[in-house]
Amino acid sequence: MKSYNVIIAGVGGQGIILASELLALAAMEAGYDVKKSEVHGMSQRGGDVVSHVRFSEKVYSPLIEQGTCDLILAFEKAEALRYLHYLKPGEGVVVMNDLEIIPLPVTAGEDTYPENVEETIRNYANLVVVDAIKRAKELGNPRVANTIMLGVASRFFDIPEDVWIRVISNRVPRKTIEVNRKAFQLGRSIS
Amino acid sequence: MRLLLSGNEAIARGAWEASCHVASAYPGTPSTEILENIAFYKEIKAEWAPNEKVAFEAMLGASIGGARALVAMKHVGLNVAADPLMTSAYTGVNGGFVIISADDPGMHSSQNEQDNRIFARFAKIPLLEPSDSQEAHDFVKLAFEISEKYDTPVIVRTTTRISHAKGIVEVDDRKEVPIREYRKNPEKYTMIPAYARRRHEILENRLETLKNLSNSIEINRIEEGDNEIGIVASGIAYQYAREVFPEATFLKLGMPFPFPDDLFRKFSSMVKKIYVVEELEPFIEEQIRILGFEVTGKEKIPNTGELNPQIVRKALKNEDLQGIPVQKSVKRPPAMCPGCPHLGIFFELKKKRINVMGDIGCYTLAVLPPIESIDTTVDMGFSVSSVHGFNMARGESSAKKSVAVIGDSTFVHSGITGLIDIVYNRGFSTVIILDNHTTAMTGHQPHPATGRTIRGEPTKKLDFVELARAIGVEDIHVVDPHDLKATRKALKEALNYPGPSVIITDRPCVLLPDEWKKLQKNPKKVVDQELCQGDKCGNCFRLGCPAIVWKNGKAFIDPLLCVGCDLCIQTCPFDAIHPEDET
Repeated sequence: MKSYNVIIAGVGGQGIILASELLALAAMEAGYDVKKSEVHGMSQRGGDVVSHVRFSEKVYSPLIEQGTCDLILAFEKAEALRYLHYLKPGEGVVVMNDLEIIPLPVTAGEDTYPENVEETIRNYANLVVVDAIKRAKELGNPRVANTIMLGVASRFFDIPEDVWIRVISNRVPRKTIEVNRKAFQLGRSIS
Repeated sequence: MRLLLSGNEAIARGAWEASCHVASAYPGTPSTEILENIAFYKEIKAEWAPNEKVAFEAMLGASIGGARALVAMKHVGLNVAADPLMTSAYTGVNGGFVIISADDPGMHSSQNEQDNRIFARFAKIPLLEPSDSQEAHDFVKLAFEISEKYDTPVIVRTTTRISHAKGIVEVDDRKEVPIREYRKNPEKYTMIPAYARRRHEILENRLETLKNLSNSIEINRIEEGDNEIGIVASGIAYQYAREVFPEATFLKLGMPFPFPDDLFRKFSSMVKKIYVVEELEPFIEEQIRILGFEVTGKEKIPNTGELNPQIVRKALKNEDLQGIPVQKSVKRPPAMCPGCPHLGIFFELKKKRINVMGDIGCYTLAVLPPIESIDTTVDMGFSVSSVHGFNMARGESSAKKSVAVIGDSTFVHSGITGLIDIVYNRGFSTVIILDNHTTAMTGHQPHPATGRTIRGEPTKKLDFVELARAIGVEDIHVVDPHDLKATRKALKEALNYPGPSVIITDRPCVLLPDEWKKLQKNPKKVVDQELCQGDKCGNCFRLGCPAIVWKNGKAFIDPLLCVGCDLCIQTCPFDAIHPEDET
């Protein structure tokens, strides 16, 4: 059984917690031991949010050690950069939403938004950039952007597609099951 | 059945299975979800209490009354409940009594990172420390058993990484335990000195019996590996140490107090070198050193902040797996929400350079730029009591430029007695109750002034105006903090009033579903770029509304973030901001 360390990162309100819940449930359904960890409390208030998801035969620490992460799923570009040092040098994957959310300190002139994010990441990792919001709008529902992102990331894990579809269908509103299934499959086809 | 549960969900599930009859708490990160989840089980009477002391006492009362009772709180909540805690060790219990203390190493959402394991030793009651969700579930059940068998309250201590991390839990069904008979027994439950002296003897004897239990209980165990390194650990630190030393021999402590002396002696004879891996205080290490053993612990492992596997690896193996350098990202501090009702009052306080004694809640964020309006934050209720002391120190004129700000839930928790102090001692201080109709910071729990119970049922609503009047406050103002003119007027009058004043800023949190829906109907606001004086003014920016951003030296309102309130319109001296439909 393979071992996976996955970081899901983004900004409060982007749905990081739900995405990590779906990944953890899919891993559990697929027979892995799984632990996931994130910090609640400030997440609604525009701060950065990160979730660690680990699955393998047996998981001890719920936190991923720096230098051991297999995949970063980033819903925002600067957030991908923030956790880059967690990746396994040379063999890590970054699946990144093509989105910049500018925080208050930048508009206040106290900080600058990082430049050349994609080039920096490519120096250290395999990068897949996804224009998830645009793709989601094409499917008719901008809210399924996260499901597209999960679909892209899902190709890197040994979890059967039917397990994913079952877990997602159980967790999303009934009316959106079909569009979420399509979004997941669209993501899974992106390389 | 196997479920993916957080530690807090697992505690709730374990309590339900253990036939917990009653449970109470005051919300506090990282403990909040325990009672929220317990409230889903209809067999358990669940309540939010006004504060942790009340919750603790209510549950000790329920235990004396024969029920299996659980009280949950964050680490600093146990400070509030420390008074009944210390003496509950003397009285013991009738029905099982379990105290959950959820500590916050690293202070993700707290004002300090005290290690509450020390409370167990201080109060002389047994301590269980789960290291994952499965153990959180199992240990709560075990805690009820220990509590009843040994006639003692039991502390189950989690940390943020236990409470909020999720793992797979094998769950069971509820096994109903009847409410125990209540027999009057003042020598056990009435702690007058004569009876308390006897109970203290009983407590010391009980501790000896519990030490035997600690030596034999299955959750304190030796996990045999190679004999070079032996590691003693409990709680989440066990998982980190396991990660870094998969090959070592472990003394895994699920019950670190009373300390299992004999088990430790056996363990020490099996290994050449002993490491103690624990977060925060050298709680286990000290107990080992008392036995006369040399171990490596806090000389290598930091006693500040949260641990993680790389800290343990670096400290004990001098290894670092990180290969990619840390990249410069961007600061993303949490901010108050767009349209937050607190923005208005802080805008006025900042403008007048008022000294602001702060308290615990979302509004503590007003200490950060660009609002920068809070002078102090210490604990729940500190604002009200301390503004009185501050004004005592600085004289009557200080009351004209100093206020306390305290949220509605926090005021009920610990602000009322402070206000009584101001009135009783003929103070002049102004107390501002930021009434957003909820406990916002911890995720919108109801409280006594909301008129709703934990399950949303209607109940008597605490009326702040009537309360302030009953306390003896004569100068009382109720204002909508989205009306800056009215807010300004109330502030001016209250500060100049020759006596105690109370201002209630009355507007629901923007994130409350009803309020959110209402605001969505309002037109978004836009800035006329020609009228905006930009850098020369910056007035609207000082509101600290995250929807207002700076573009090319001018204000710009992010339409995705704007909730459609009109606070910013009132701040603009050039009438540059208006609703979008009036473009």
